[in-house]
Amino acid sequence: MERRSPAFTVVIYASALLLAAVLLIPILWLFLMSVSSAADLAAKPLRWWPADLDFSRYRTLLTWEPNTMGQAFLAAIRNSLSVAFMAVGAALLVAIPGAWAVSRNPQMEWSLYALILTYMLPPVALAVPLYLGLSWLGLLNSTFGLAMIYLSILAPFTAWLLKSGFDAIPRDIEASARIDGARLDQILRILILPLAAPALSTAALFALLLSWDEFFYALLFTSDQKAKTVTVAIADIAGGRVSDYGLIAAAGVLAALPPLLIGLLMQRAIVAGLTSGGVKG
Amino acid sequence: MPTIPTTLRPWALMLPLLVVILGVVTWPLFRTVSLSLSDAGLVATSGNFVGPDNFVKNLGSRAFQAAFLNTAWFTLLSVGAELVLGVLVALLLNQEFRGRTLLRALMILPWALPTVVNAILWRLIYNPEYGALNSALLQLGVIDSYRSWLGQPQSAMLAMVVADVWKNFPIVALIGLAALQSVPRETHAAAIVDGAGAIARFRYVIWPYLAGPLMIALVLRTIEAFKVFDIIWVMTRGGPANSTRTLSILVYQEAFSFQRAGSGASLALIVTLFVMLLASGYVAIMRRSALRG
Repeated sequence: MERRSPAFTVVIYASALLLAAVLLIPILWLFLMSVSSAADLAAKPLRWWPADLDFSRYRTLLTWEPNTMGQAFLAAIRNSLSVAFMAVGAALLVAIPGAWAVSRNPQMEWSLYALILTYMLPPVALAVPLYLGLSWLGLLNSTFGLAMIYLSILAPFTAWLLKSGFDAIPRDIEASARIDGARLDQILRILILPLAAPALSTAALFALLLSWDEFFYALLFTSDQKAKTVTVAIADIAGGRVSDYGLIAAAGVLAALPPLLIGLLMQRAIVAGLTSGGVKG
Repeated sequence: MPTIPTTLRPWALMLPLLVVILGVVTWPLFRTVSLSLSDAGLVATSGNFVGPDNFVKNLGSRAFQAAFLNTAWFTLLSVGAELVLGVLVALLLNQEFRGRTLLRALMILPWALPTVVNAILWRLIYNPEYGALNSALLQLGVIDSYRSWLGQPQSAMLAMVVADVWKNFPIVALIGLAALQSVPRETHAAAIVDGAGAIARFRYVIWPYLAGPLMIALVLRTIEAFKVFDIIWVMTRGGPANSTRTLSILVYQEAFSFQRAGSGASLALIVTLFVMLLASGYVAIMRRSALRG
C-alpha cells in the first residue's frame, strides 16, 4: 500500500465528513421539521433545533378516525401495501418460469433484451390507452387495477434480475434430477427455487421498492381513499391547503421509513443489483 | 407432461410473461400509435383519422420546442453533475479511512428515499417564507432577503437539478466504486513502483476498468432524466411560467388536463422515440459486455 502524506489524509477525512453531511443533513432536517413546533418553523431566521420535541403530527397521521387526515393517510398506506404485494406477487409468478427458461436456453436471450426495452419505455407512452382500458374494465380507482398496470414495470424488471440469479445455479443438478425421473415442475419447485432464494428475495424487495415509489400511474388511475397510494396522498398533503409544514414533513418521514430501512438492511444486495445493470436509478 | 414437445417447452414457460407484456405494454403502445393519428378526446374516444396532423402541429409548436429544450437542459445538467460527483465520490470511497463502511452504507439513503418524498423535502427547503435554504443563506450573509427559489424562472430549474442530483449521484458513485474495486491491486501497485503519477495511474490503470460501468450509468441516468415527471410535478407542476415544463409534463397536460388524447399520444410517441434511441444504445452496450464475459 502506498504511504499517504499527512496533507492527503486530511483531505480524505475532510471530504468524507463533507459527504456524510451532504447525505444526512437533508434527511435529518425532514425529521427535525416533523417534530418542531409550528412557531419554531415559522421563525425568521429559523430555529434550527426545536425548543421542545412535538410528536403530535405523528399521532394525527396515525389515528384512524372518520374524515380526518389520519384516515386518509392510513388508507393510503394500506393501499400502497396491497398494490405492492399484489403486483410483486404477480410479477414473480410470471417472471420465474420465463426467466428460468431463458437462463437454460441461451437462444432465447434476445427476448429478454426485448423485455428490457419495454421496461425503459416512458410511462407517458402507455398512459392514455391504459387509462381507457382500465376505465372500460371498470378498474379505475382500484388497487387491483393499479397493481396489474405495475406489472408493465415489475415483470420485465424481476425477470431480468432472476435470470442472472438462475444463471448462477449449475445445470448439472437439474440434469441429474431429470435422470432420476423428476418432472419439470418438480425440478423448478423443489430444486431451483430454494437454491435461487437469495436472488428471489432481492428481486422481490427491489420490486417492492419500485412499487412503493411509483407516482405517475397512481396519480392518473386512482382518485380517492379507496385506492390512492401513499405517494399520491403525500403529494396531495404537500400541495393542498395544509399550512403546517411539520405535518407535511411527518407524512414524508412515515412514507420514507419502510424503503429507508429496506435499503439499509439489504445494501449489499442492492449494490450488487445496481452494478449488474438493468436497475432503475 | 409429455403433451408439449421438448423444443416448445421453454416458450411455454415464457408464455405467462409474454401474455402480461402483450396486455400491459405492447397493446397499449399500438393503441397509442393509432390514437396519435386521430383527433380523439379522452372521453369521446372515437376520433377521426387525421394522419400525421398531430405530429406536424406539435413539432412546430412553441410549447413542444420549449419543453424539449427544458428536458434536454435538465438532463444535461443533472446527468453531468451526477457523473462528475459520482466519480469523485467513488474515488474517495475507494480510499482507506476510518468510517468508510458506514459512509458507504449512508450512500443508500438518498437512493432509497421515495422520489415524491425527496421532492417534498426540497420544496420545504426552498420555501420562500420559511425554507431552510433562505434561513441558512441569510444567516451566513450570502443573501440579504428571502428569495422564492422555485417561484422564479431563473432559479427554478437549477433548484430542481440540485434536488435530483442529491438523490441520484449516490447510484453513479456506487456503480463507480464497484468498478474501482475490480482494478487488480497488483496492477495498481506495479504502476506505483514504475513511478506513474496520480493522473497517469487514473488514465492508464483505473480508467479502463471505470469506463464501461460509467457508460452504463450514463445511459441509464440519461434515460431516466429524459423521462422525468415525478419530482417536477410535485415541486413546480412545470411552472413558473412553464420554465420547468418538461416533455412528460407536457404530455400529461395535453392528454389528461386538456383531454386531447390524440395530440397527447403523438407527443408521447415523440418522447418514446428519443428514449428508445438511448435505450438501444444501452442494450448494445450490455450485450457487448455480456459477450466479453
